[in-house]
Amino acid sequence: MKLLRIQLACELRILARNGEQLLLILGIPMLLLSFFGNVDILPTGDQSSINFLLPGIIALAIMSTAMVSLGIATGFERSYLVLKRLGATPLGVPRLVLAKAISVLVVEMVQVILLVGLAFLFGADLGELHLAKLILGIALGTLAFSGIGLSLAGRLRGEVNLATQNALYLVLLLVGGIVFPLQDLPSWLQWVGRMAPSGALADVMRDVFSGASTYGTSSLVVLLGWAIAAQLSAFTFFRWN
Amino acid sequence: MSSTLQTSTSVGLSVSQLVIKYGDVTAVDHVSFTAQPGRITVILGPNGAGKTSTIEACEGFLAPTSGSIQVLGLDPFLQRKQLNRLMGIMLQDGGIYPSARVGELVQQYCALYGNGVDANALVARVGLRNVATTTYRRLSGGEKQRLSLALALAAHPEIIFLDEPTSGIDVNGRDLVRSIIRELRDGGCCVIVATHELDEAERIADDVLVFHRGNVVASGTLHELRSGREEIRFRSNSLIDVHSLSTTLGFMVEQTRQHEFTIAGTCDSRVIVQLTDWAKANNVDIGDIGAGSQRLDDVFRRLTAEPAS
Repeated sequence: MKLLRIQLACELRILARNGEQLLLILGIPMLLLSFFGNVDILPTGDQSSINFLLPGIIALAIMSTAMVSLGIATGFERSYLVLKRLGATPLGVPRLVLAKAISVLVVEMVQVILLVGLAFLFGADLGELHLAKLILGIALGTLAFSGIGLSLAGRLRGEVNLATQNALYLVLLLVGGIVFPLQDLPSWLQWVGRMAPSGALADVMRDVFSGASTYGTSSLVVLLGWAIAAQLSAFTFFRWN
Repeated sequence: MSSTLQTSTSVGLSVSQLVIKYGDVTAVDHVSFTAQPGRITVILGPNGAGKTSTIEACEGFLAPTSGSIQVLGLDPFLQRKQLNRLMGIMLQDGGIYPSARVGELVQQYCALYGNGVDANALVARVGLRNVATTTYRRLSGGEKQRLSLALALAAHPEIIFLDEPTSGIDVNGRDLVRSIIRELRDGGCCVIVATHELDEAERIADDVLVFHRGNVVASGTLHELRSGREEIRFRSNSLIDVHSLSTTLGFMVEQTRQHEFTIAGTCDSRVIVQLTDWAKANNVDIGDIGAGSQRLDDVFRRLTAEPAS
């Protein structure tokens, strides 16, 4: 427990010191929510922009932290031989992975609190929050995105990994129905969006915040599939040094 | 804790018939050697000789193709967890978060090892007190090396692997690192140093292993490697017919570098007199005459010389 605490403190300290990562995991989601939540330019129909955006932005925040931030940081740690060096201490791989997982969850908790608080300030209706589904969505989304991020980080060189993670982030943001409704996209792209982990997580989050079950269990099943496949991929492809 | 571990410290490191292959390429070919606690064992070898692969296998980073390794009586793969508490390693480069600060990093490693090493004292010991709050990326090359050494020392190790420990360090820093290495040795630690720097090896080694093409081509104490190979060394700016001089002196004369010559197999003063007489008779300028055991770099060159194609 002591070793886990030491490494967790280190992970959070390093994260807090990395301005680019903070911008990615806090700055961009909050900026998107603040801007698009306060201008009426999104085709959201009868729904207010802020109510439409919040679930998707939370999905985006989870993707930023679990995939891009974790993936880029781990990729560079691999390149810099940090993982190799830590591997020769009594810390051990399970504690290192657990420390990283907890640091991701801590950051996600902060993100959700900040984003929900910001949305509340902008007049979002948060009446029927489905807490159990929120926790399940975050857990599955974290598994799915961290698996994708670590699969890339475990194989690609630091700089290539950085570029790939950012490109994938942009693609998943665009096809995931995060800043505009999926139904406004061509039908084939809607299907791609619903099958993408970002789209599935955004749908789950929409159910969480509407208290309804518009997307039923299909989004959860898609997300579960991604979580299993991505984690298997990470275990298969990840190399520590 | 280290005291509860069943370790055998009569031999610090024992490598037996070690083979490491990368695909079809054999990097290490049936290598065997031992290293003792309380001694500094220096591993020398040109690039690609197999020394890094051997050390990485001993540290538990690389699986051997065959053969066995015992580090403090423990298998570095099967008993890695126990070994990690007792072993210090210094990577040649990197291994540190660029945004980590010196003091907090040493503190983190001391806490991870939990062997009672005082982080502040360690930072001071390696001469980094003035940069304790500086991030790794802002350190000079020598400071980075000393921080890497500090992280290895955080283990309070019974065996330590140091890869090029003085590389990129200034003269004063080198003296400091050497004194720390000797302190470790005197405290009973088994010290393994891999280096390209022959001068460094000559200064700190108790025992030397010379790797070449995946094999250990020479091993022994520094004295053993150099002894039995007396030579007379001299310099000359003149063109010297080494065959003719060899016949005159009765010993093999070789040109080792530009303007540098050795007479192998003797340090007899009578041969020196013969040499100076020959030089006078042939109007050849010679100087810097010295006699004694062969230098380590000459031993190394002889052992690792590639055959002329």
